[in-house]
Amino acid sequence: MSKNLRVKTSKFIDETYKVSFKFNGTTYYGYKGDTLASALLANDIHLVGRSFKYHRPRGIMTAGSEEPNAIVQLHNNTSRTEPNVRATEIEIYEGLEASSQNCWPSVNFDIGGINNFLSPILPAGFYYKTFMWPANFWEKYEYFIRKSAGLGKSPTETDPDIYEHKYIHCDVLIIGAGISGIMAARTAAKNGFKTLLVDEKSYLGGSTIYQNSEQFKINNQISNSWLEKEINEIKKFENLEIKTRTSVAAFHGYNFLLARENLTDHLPLDQRINKTRQRLLKIRAKKVITATGALERPLIFDNNDRPGILLSSAIEKYANLFGVACGEKNVLFTNNDSAYETAISLYQKGINIEAIIDNREEIDSKLIKETEKNNIKIYKGFTVVNTFGYKRINKISIMQLSKDGQKVVGSKISIACDCLGISGGWTPAVHLFTQSGGKLKFRDEDQVFIPDIYPSDQISIGSCNGDFTLDEIISSIPNKLKEFLNIKKTDYENLEIYSSFNKSKRNIWLLPSDKVIGKTKPFVDYQNDATAKDIKLALREGFRSIEHVKRYTTTGMGTDQGKLGNMHALGIISETAGSKMGELGTTTFRPPYTPLTFGTIVGRNVGEFFDIFRKTPVHDWHVKNKAEFENVGQWKRAWYYPKDGENMHEAVQRESKAARDSAGILDASTLGKIDIQGTDASEFLNRVYTNAWSKLAIGKCRYGLMLNEDGMVYDDGVTTRLDENHYIMTTTTGGAATVLGKLEDYLQTEWPELDVYLTSVTDHYATISVCGPSSKKIVSQVIPELDFSDESFPHMSFKNAKIDKIKCRVMRISFTGEHSYEINVQANYGKSVWEKCMEAGKEFNITPYGTETMHLLRAEKGFIIVGQDTDATMTPIDLQMDWIVSKKKYDFIGKRSLYRSDTIKDDRKQLVGLLTENPDEVLEEGAQIVADIKKSPVEMLGHVTSSYYSPNLKKSIALGVVRGGKNMMGQKLIIPMENKQINVTVADPVFLDKENKRLNA
Amino acid sequence: MFVINCPFCGEREQSEFKAGGEAHIIRPKQPTELSDDQWAEYLFMRKNIKGIQFERWVHTHGCRKWFNVVRDTSSDKIKAVYKMGEKPPSE
Ligand SMILES: [Zn+2]
Repeated sequence: MSKNLRVKTSKFIDETYKVSFKFNGTTYYGYKGDTLASALLANDIHLVGRSFKYHRPRGIMTAGSEEPNAIVQLHNNTSRTEPNVRATEIEIYEGLEASSQNCWPSVNFDIGGINNFLSPILPAGFYYKTFMWPANFWEKYEYFIRKSAGLGKSPTETDPDIYEHKYIHCDVLIIGAGISGIMAARTAAKNGFKTLLVDEKSYLGGSTIYQNSEQFKINNQISNSWLEKEINEIKKFENLEIKTRTSVAAFHGYNFLLARENLTDHLPLDQRINKTRQRLLKIRAKKVITATGALERPLIFDNNDRPGILLSSAIEKYANLFGVACGEKNVLFTNNDSAYETAISLYQKGINIEAIIDNREEIDSKLIKETEKNNIKIYKGFTVVNTFGYKRINKISIMQLSKDGQKVVGSKISIACDCLGISGGWTPAVHLFTQSGGKLKFRDEDQVFIPDIYPSDQISIGSCNGDFTLDEIISSIPNKLKEFLNIKKTDYENLEIYSSFNKSKRNIWLLPSDKVIGKTKPFVDYQNDATAKDIKLALREGFRSIEHVKRYTTTGMGTDQGKLGNMHALGIISETAGSKMGELGTTTFRPPYTPLTFGTIVGRNVGEFFDIFRKTPVHDWHVKNKAEFENVGQWKRAWYYPKDGENMHEAVQRESKAARDSAGILDASTLGKIDIQGTDASEFLNRVYTNAWSKLAIGKCRYGLMLNEDGMVYDDGVTTRLDENHYIMTTTTGGAATVLGKLEDYLQTEWPELDVYLTSVTDHYATISVCGPSSKKIVSQVIPELDFSDESFPHMSFKNAKIDKIKCRVMRISFTGEHSYEINVQANYGKSVWEKCMEAGKEFNITPYGTETMHLLRAEKGFIIVGQDTDATMTPIDLQMDWIVSKKKYDFIGKRSLYRSDTIKDDRKQLVGLLTENPDEVLEEGAQIVADIKKSPVEMLGHVTSSYYSPNLKKSIALGVVRGGKNMMGQKLIIPMENKQINVTVADPVFLDKENKRLNA
Repeated sequence: MFVINCPFCGEREQSEFKAGGEAHIIRPKQPTELSDDQWAEYLFMRKNIKGIQFERWVHTHGCRKWFNVVRDTSSDKIKAVYKMGEKPPSE
């Protein structure tokens, strides 16, 4: 039967609202307002998990987002399961189910705990040293490591929740709603700034809001009641937006920040339906005020990780905010005044304190005197040397510190306890500041890093700036705000502050012990089980850089990013290596500050919204006619149209044959189309294409090849001269946007004198290509008014026409080698014109074909596909397309590169045709091509770029690039495959109708 | 993510722009007269400065205009923007 450690009502807890939840299968009760951690502690449960490496029992350590130990799995075996949730952050709700991570079979009896006894042989770098060799054993090691060291389970089902992204623009963003943030928010809002105040917690006021003590007063009011009034004030401003449960994850340059707003995680499950769970805020702030506070430091001594050992400030928070005692026999261990604040809070709540152990010898602040008044025993100049109790602390032993703090003296004293609060002073939470590019400086007097150089329009105020005491905070803020916001006055001038806190601190990074370091376990990084011993070992082994020590010992590499222990790691390194803290630097803090869910990161961009997809105007027809689709960039293109249970191969063979035997029809609407106008349009085309354009007659079409300045093929397509100063250029489907961008670049930056206007019209037209021997008869029926005779309408020409009053452009051009026509019509008429063609083509067995057949047909004809047969290392000469490179033109993009020493080499990879010895054997695209298989190492001459079985030629055909291939006509080469070698002969890449009889037929 | 002050549109998010490499590299007027080395100088050689760098940017998802940017690559601070054809700021 567990105890009830709820001590006294707290106004933050609603005791009329009982909440039941399950932890490791057992049902417990808490109240609305509790976190999972406070509710567990109220039930006297400290043991919540096992450590990563040694599987040591671990308890709740903190009361905030810096928690290293109390990491739980929520809602196991459901689609909402979530690993690595900090019990100190999750608010309890009806139906909450949580379980411990990293233990098997249970947190109370854990097999991996054996590692703890093996720990002498598990030092820093153990995994690196042991499992590195032999390399092929890694698979076996990994199995065992993963099994015994899991960090939670990821869900296996789709996340059922809704997430979204939101942009926010504001004048002033304030991060942290503690006393500093509240003062800043009121000042900014009052001066008319559009202000956003965010805090990761569910309430405002930070730690001051539960600081209910006569020892801290502002204008003669206890600090928390003063702050409460301020909070009520700021809620009145319309230009101030307040977001709680909102944690800033990243602070990027130019004051761009990402924050996660938790909207439903605290609600009972049945109240979350159809609500957005989390929102990723993308904040662009003109000014940022960071008021993220400070994190209490632990103390580093032997066995400082037992359940029941918490930060002293956490114990205070559990008592004051949640009304929960963390133990019945409490001991506090400190090197500064903070623990006395805790002591007074506990005393006020009637919670028993056995003793306070203080590193300092001479202390006499008002706070300490007040504590002594309450008859609490203080051991001055003492340190804890060891703790006892396996699953919960039950005893500590303490010894006196030597004058220099290097060793312990005298005899050991034992003190029984069930809870130990530790305080090593405070570390400013500078994580976000450094993420933004800020530079820190080290303050020797209290051994802290504080903001120094700001990279953008921002300031840090309050304890994240190293101003820890109430009087420091309140006296420094008005001037800072006035300067930063450029205002004359604030409401906080000359406040009267009473603060009993004395700043003296005795900082010892690694406390001495009566044992040698090798026999102790002083944990620096709780989550990753890195001890001071490991850090010293890393230094002994020669690691010097803090970044290297971090990786070797894994210090600071857990989900908590070492928020608690990083400073101690630095301190121990600096002491051991004899270097100065300020010179050592810190490790880099990287976003996110606390882990984000994948859901938050992707927002609404899931499922069909993952990426946009573009549909052609004929798309619905393809769907209705059971086309299989292929993604080409963002386009959905009809791939093939299987009939009566055909597979892809069968469908493509049928489609290809039909296109050459009678008629085929292709939706080519995805081709890029650029409208080019202006008096210099011809000159412009001359400069961007390799061939000559000035003499192209109006109404004629020409194929063009576009290069990069390096001479490599960039894009191709047919351009038609519509009028004297008017062309329409087609590009490859994938190149449409980049070609336009490239042309614009040249026009704006190199040739601004040219009178040329470019407009992308890709989406404005549907393009329907009808090919095959019957194509003329079909288009004649569709457009009866047009003269399709070869004399009037030869290959590579264009005519304007009308189909039932609808204007269209008809080009006689071909990508298949067949006699064919392309009808371009305003996009919204695309489907009806397509259907007209289908109707007219019925008697000719018109067969719709997709991209696969298109690829096959053009390969038969030896037409290249840029991006498939080329890869940005192919010149037109490599492609055996010398015919398209003008010798007469003085210049065009890439011309000079075509006779660089490298591009004129004979042994460049060149495009060739490949014919297999066995005509039924189809090569694999991407397969390597070699000449001599016995040579070692085998010399790769090139690879297969396109390969098909041609139903029209009744044999396998392929294109490939082969080193020096141009001069290898007829030569035999080998394609080595996994289980066989395929013999091929180098051939002309044009396999069909080299004389273009079909085109002109 | 930077905020870039497009000389034609004003301040916009970096995601609307594309970077286009080093600025003020002029395409030779008579490439055919150049030696391989001279052509390679134009084609391949680019500075990679830590500090003040002159760069080309284009407002791809906006006015589609190219312009020049002076950026400190060590802090990402943009010191100036100016149109194509304009002289770079002297300091
Ligand atoms: Zn613009």
